Amino acid sequence: MIPAPFDYVRAESTEEAIALVGQHGDESKFIAGGHSLLPLMKLRLAQPSVLIDIGRVTDLSYVRDAGDHVAIGALTRHMDVETSEVLREHAPLLAHATSHVGDPQVRHRGTIGGSIAHADPASDLPAVALALGATYVAQGPNGTREIAAADFATSYLESALADDELLTEIRVPKMNGAGWGFEKFNRRAQDWAIVGVAAWRRNGDAGVALVNMGSTPVLATGVVSALADGASVADAAQLAADGTDPQPDLNASIEYRQHLARALTKRALDIASS
Amino acid sequence: MTSLFEEVAPSEDDNIPVRRVEVRLNGERRAAKVEPRLLLAHLIRQGFQLTGTHTGCDTTNCGACTVLFDGEPVKSCTMLAVQAHGHEVTTVEGLATASELHPIQEGFKDEHGLQCGFCTPGMMLAAKALLDHNPNPTEDDVRWALSGNLCRCTGYQNIVKAVLWAAEKLRDADPGAAEGGDE
Repeated sequence: MIPAPFDYVRAESTEEAIALVGQHGDESKFIAGGHSLLPLMKLRLAQPSVLIDIGRVTDLSYVRDAGDHVAIGALTRHMDVETSEVLREHAPLLAHATSHVGDPQVRHRGTIGGSIAHADPASDLPAVALALGATYVAQGPNGTREIAAADFATSYLESALADDELLTEIRVPKMNGAGWGFEKFNRRAQDWAIVGVAAWRRNGDAGVALVNMGSTPVLATGVVSALADGASVADAAQLAADGTDPQPDLNASIEYRQHLARALTKRALDIASS
Repeated sequence: MTSLFEEVAPSEDDNIPVRRVEVRLNGERRAAKVEPRLLLAHLIRQGFQLTGTHTGCDTTNCGACTVLFDGEPVKSCTMLAVQAHGHEVTTVEGLATASELHPIQEGFKDEHGLQCGFCTPGMMLAAKALLDHNPNPTEDDVRWALSGNLCRCTGYQNIVKAVLWAAEKLRDADPGAAEGGDE
């Protein structure tokens, strides 16, 4: 399978990337690792007229301890996220979940920014970032702005990013010793989650988000409220599928996905609570 | 496919035109003019005529097209040739010398790590990346490292044995390396 023809330009810096997208307009797309975009282009579900390659913008590849949060450059490869000592210490849920994205080859090419910006509800990282209350930094021709993870995904594969904006940084609040669990239900090691759950607990606080339970990653707000009101994990987890809108496919019916959301939420919270 | 590819002489020019791709392929500088949409797997196979890199599923699943990109395993069906510009690419042809098999290849031979052989080049390159980082892998380490490579013949048992065989042979050949690695 070969993508439809396109023009190709390389950006050497963030500023050049934004200038190039201004020049080429909304028919252009950024490409980093290409592990979300190229499969779509090969199927011709995406046919950008220009690809702006940001894969060499090395100043967007970093993991930094930034006090109350960890700052991750959008171009940081999954393999560098999963093996980052800073993230293993301060955001172990993210480091662990990233080690279950795709397979080793995919994790050597794919980037955290690409996965987040693609806004696929079946991807693990958008839900993990949502559970952790992450903030995204977008840079455009008029400067930078912050977007809360909860405001980012607007519908299936659509995000709050403007056409001329580039996601440059992911800011993940430090977990400060919170217990956490990540449950990904799939049939083969490298598969997408049929359903996934990312959860953490610390004293009275908690965060729970669901993978592949709707057109966007979903915050399980009912579960979190019930926990805050003193419900047991088993009782709170029963609320995990409330308000979700999962789609049926070859792997799972709607009812099965809802069952998985409840069961996996209980498992993830049990681990987070132990 | 030939219309997407034209091999040209390597150049010292720093201002390489965008559609010119120059890579270090198995240690040798190679350059080509390509359409941006040419996949790395096709540059290697149809362009440079190294057909040891197989395209299986063409959807980032099977891992038959795995090559080493700056020493790390990637699926060459999910990279554009232009993205590889300026980088090192190692294919299965880069493992053996003219007279000697690589220990990983010996392992696959000795432990019967293949039947039809289609997945084998990708398996061996994923295994090489593992052993470069971790000379003392456990069986679980091997299975995890090969989780992006599918085999439809062997049931994986002998592939895992082959990699462990190669790890031991490499350690015996260079005992110092067993202390090293980066894990």
